[in-house]
Amino acid sequence: MKLVSAIIKPFKLDDVRQALSDIGVSGITVSEVKGFGRQKGHTELYRGAEYVVDFLPKMKLEVAIAADKLDGVIDAITESARTGKIGDGKIFVSDLEQVIRIRTGESGPEAL
Amino acid sequence: MKTIKRVGAAIAASAMAVLPSVALAEDKLSAGDTAWMLAATVLVLFMTIPGLSLFYAGMVRAKNGLSVMMQCFAITALMTILWAIAGYSIAFGGPGEYWGGLSKLFLAGVTVDSLSGTIPETVFMVFQMTFAIITPALIVGAFAERMKFSAMLVFMAIWLLVVYAPIAHWVWGDGGWLGGKGILDFAGGTVVHINAGVAGLIAALVIGRRKGYPGTAMMPHNLMFTVVGAGMLWVGWFGFNAGSELAADGVAGMAMAVTQIATAAAALTWMFAEWIAHGKPSVLGIASGAVAGLVAITPASGAVGPMGAIAVGAASGLGCFIAAVKLKKVFGYDDSLDAFGVHGVGGIIGALLTGVFCAPSLGGAGFGDGISSIGGQVAVQALGAGATLVYTAVMTFIILKVLDLIMGLRVTDEQETEGLDLALHDERAYNL
Repeated sequence: MKLVSAIIKPFKLDDVRQALSDIGVSGITVSEVKGFGRQKGHTELYRGAEYVVDFLPKMKLEVAIAADKLDGVIDAITESARTGKIGDGKIFVSDLEQVIRIRTGESGPEAL
Repeated sequence: MKTIKRVGAAIAASAMAVLPSVALAEDKLSAGDTAWMLAATVLVLFMTIPGLSLFYAGMVRAKNGLSVMMQCFAITALMTILWAIAGYSIAFGGPGEYWGGLSKLFLAGVTVDSLSGTIPETVFMVFQMTFAIITPALIVGAFAERMKFSAMLVFMAIWLLVVYAPIAHWVWGDGGWLGGKGILDFAGGTVVHINAGVAGLIAALVIGRRKGYPGTAMMPHNLMFTVVGAGMLWVGWFGFNAGSELAADGVAGMAMAVTQIATAAAALTWMFAEWIAHGKPSVLGIASGAVAGLVAITPASGAVGPMGAIAVGAASGLGCFIAAVKLKKVFGYDDSLDAFGVHGVGGIIGALLTGVFCAPSLGGAGFGDGISSIGGQVAVQALGAGATLVYTAVMTFIILKVLDLIMGLRVTDEQETEGLDLALHDERAYNL
């Protein structure tokens, strides 16, 4: 099992959610985060006080999937989240040791 | 407002008996004047709670939002009581060059039937009280985000009685020395704005900069509040300026007109100045410009005409823009919410330009008593501005230094970092 985390541009969330749904991934967790990579921040100005804001708002998605779905998920996220401009984000893949469904106590791939 | 010769009801009655043909119209209660002044008083209170409170709270960081609201609200309550007990007497208790004495301590003699001109004295007293409330509240902007609430309360209590009330008497009180020299300060450019602005500057210098200033980002946490607050100030200011006529008449009408026009001119001026200087107009800028215009037209509202108002507004919009945006950076003081930059500088600009645009040749209503030229009037205006500046600066400095020795003025570093809402009040503004 794999845990796929993706940092994407916030306005791409709906596209990515739809793309994942289309390949049968229905459960995702989303959090609002801030970050930067190569994308530059912007300047804000308040009565002459200038602030350079490095951190940009992003969305972080996490999906837990069976290992055989990994390539499909990566492709789905990549294609739906890409704009071609700097700041599109990154996908991180890690091994998922265990998954448990809280309601029923199921574990392993059945719990995904 | 104009210096009123208060003729007691008893004297009027005996005069009427001796000279029955003399119509002493100014001693009779006017329902129209009273109705307006009741409304004007409410408008000015609204300027502090919640107008100024929101204007300021929006500009500080979220962790300090409640502390600003608390300061303004507590000042409102505290100044009310102190004004009723002693402040009113010191300012308006009776004749005197430098203060009004103690004859109206605890509002002695102020009854249901007492008159002040054509309105009940109670209404006049509360109207003036709302000015005595907003002036200290303005100073909050200078030391926001770092002053101890307890020290602030004590400071304000002393400042009201020792600084505000005497200066109010100098300008508006019976026999006040500045009023006697012919100063034109219709609604408090000197008494309120120069006074609070300079006190704020001194407080900012004595208390010191916020931790991390100017390198750390300290962005306004809710400019929506600030703009809403600015709107409330604009609306409420009609009570402040037009109400300073103490009557519902043509002068009040003109005061309303010039207030609106000057404010609009100042808002546009700041907006365009920022657009040119920085490439984009900003909401904080246009709101600040409006306030700068309101401040400058305050002393002028009884004396200048509509076209003069445009000049006063534009000058203040530009002057305060430069003071708040450029000057502060040059000198490096942390007048957090520009109490001096907008109220101090705007008040000085307004006070001096009142001396110019009061001239009938420039559409004004005329010079002060005993003055016959622009030069003469500007000299008196400068004297008033200067005397206020010096007195408030010295007294504010002394009060702060003494309080610092006795109880400390500033919160600890940990409290400042945590945020005053939690550190001083155990509360969060936003539990989202």
